[in-house]
Amino acid sequence: MPQKLPYLKETPSQTAGPYVHIGLAPGAAGFDIYKGELGHDIVGPHARGTRIRVEGTVIDGTGSPVRDALIEVWQANADGIYAHPEHPGEVEEGFRGWGRAITDFETGLWAVDTVKPGPVAGRDGCMMAPHLNLWIVARGINVGLSTRLYFPDEAEANAADPVLGMIEWQARRETLIASRAEREGQPLYRFDIRLQGERETVFFDI
Amino acid sequence: MNRPADYYQRDRRWHPPALAPDYKTSVSRSPRQALLSIDQTMSEITGPVFAASEIEQGDADLLSNYARPGHSPIGERIIVHGRVLDENARPVPGALIEVWQANAGGRYRHRNDRYLAPIDPDFGGCGRAISDAQGNYAFRTIKPGAYPWRNWANTWRPAHIHFSLFGSGFTQRLITQMYFEGDPLIASCPIAQAVPDPAAVERLIAPLDLNAAVPFDALAYRFDILLRGRRATLFENRPEGN
Repeated sequence: MPQKLPYLKETPSQTAGPYVHIGLAPGAAGFDIYKGELGHDIVGPHARGTRIRVEGTVIDGTGSPVRDALIEVWQANADGIYAHPEHPGEVEEGFRGWGRAITDFETGLWAVDTVKPGPVAGRDGCMMAPHLNLWIVARGINVGLSTRLYFPDEAEANAADPVLGMIEWQARRETLIASRAEREGQPLYRFDIRLQGERETVFFDI
Repeated sequence: MNRPADYYQRDRRWHPPALAPDYKTSVSRSPRQALLSIDQTMSEITGPVFAASEIEQGDADLLSNYARPGHSPIGERIIVHGRVLDENARPVPGALIEVWQANAGGRYRHRNDRYLAPIDPDFGGCGRAISDAQGNYAFRTIKPGAYPWRNWANTWRPAHIHFSLFGSGFTQRLITQMYFEGDPLIASCPIAQAVPDPAAVERLIAPLDLNAAVPFDALAYRFDILLRGRRATLFENRPEGN
């Protein structure tokens, strides 16, 4: 068989389980061990653009908040550039574009402080509306769930966004659009992730 | 501008399904709608970059990173090592690997763990490392114990270490669990057995690696981790071909 394909298979996923905090947020588990926990500062001190806070909950199929989830954010800077060697362009010093948050053990609320990203070039040169890429793991979730948060004050860009446009069901697109409020003069976006059932959030296979 | 190469499609039949009813928590935490497949863009192909300087060498040594001076955790001293590769068998250098686990008695240092087995005052249970240029990584730790959990009335997790992996792209993001060769609890574990293909379950089981053991110090287990590979873009955006 001269043309045997040598591809290997990806390591199978497993749930992060109930104690994901020990490895990825030990302070929340109840002990300090590292000189610096990763993922607390998404954008650094020099980031351009509008400072925003994003918060929400993760809701299970019974309507209850998931209080042991971990959410990671991956985003571009205000100019639509990712802090990655394969993305042409520069980001501000200290801008990583990645962070992680946990849902509160009592309230189930998660929150991140960041800047609003700029539009990013999509495939074939069309622009994607500003968005945060989110990844959610928890007990009961066998493979991390990928979704995107879009901004309600970007209606025109959202209408032209190629990924939102791929969602055939109009009603489901809205599950990816945060709502906006203000707190102490700063924009506050609310994004609830519904894992299952009514108004279930759109999850992507990326 | 040429777009960087896409990653291979994830084989969702190789991974556990979202809904695996024997693992009860998955019943209310699994989407009922199908995942929407999207073409990869910069948002998926890029991902966070971690520098070796951001972590400390000692972070990978769970025998000492939480032990009181002059103390060691109780348990079977082991080395867990391996390589991070992609589906093309190429090493993944610079991968951030984060691990967490219970102590030798199956008790986690976590405010929510109420199991009656005691906390070990010299064991935290987490570590992190960044793979080297050849994709190699190594941790030193104690072998975790099995522990009971509320699934069925008498369900026990096999001994396991949780692994979290970052490759180069956010689309490679992976969390998994490593099991130990010969553990009889693997066969009855609803979480391990949520992986449908026995060959895939096998990939989560680390064999004993006597060659890497340190005589009169620590045994070793070998756990290689495979992240998604990338396609060569044959025609789509490179008119000249591969």
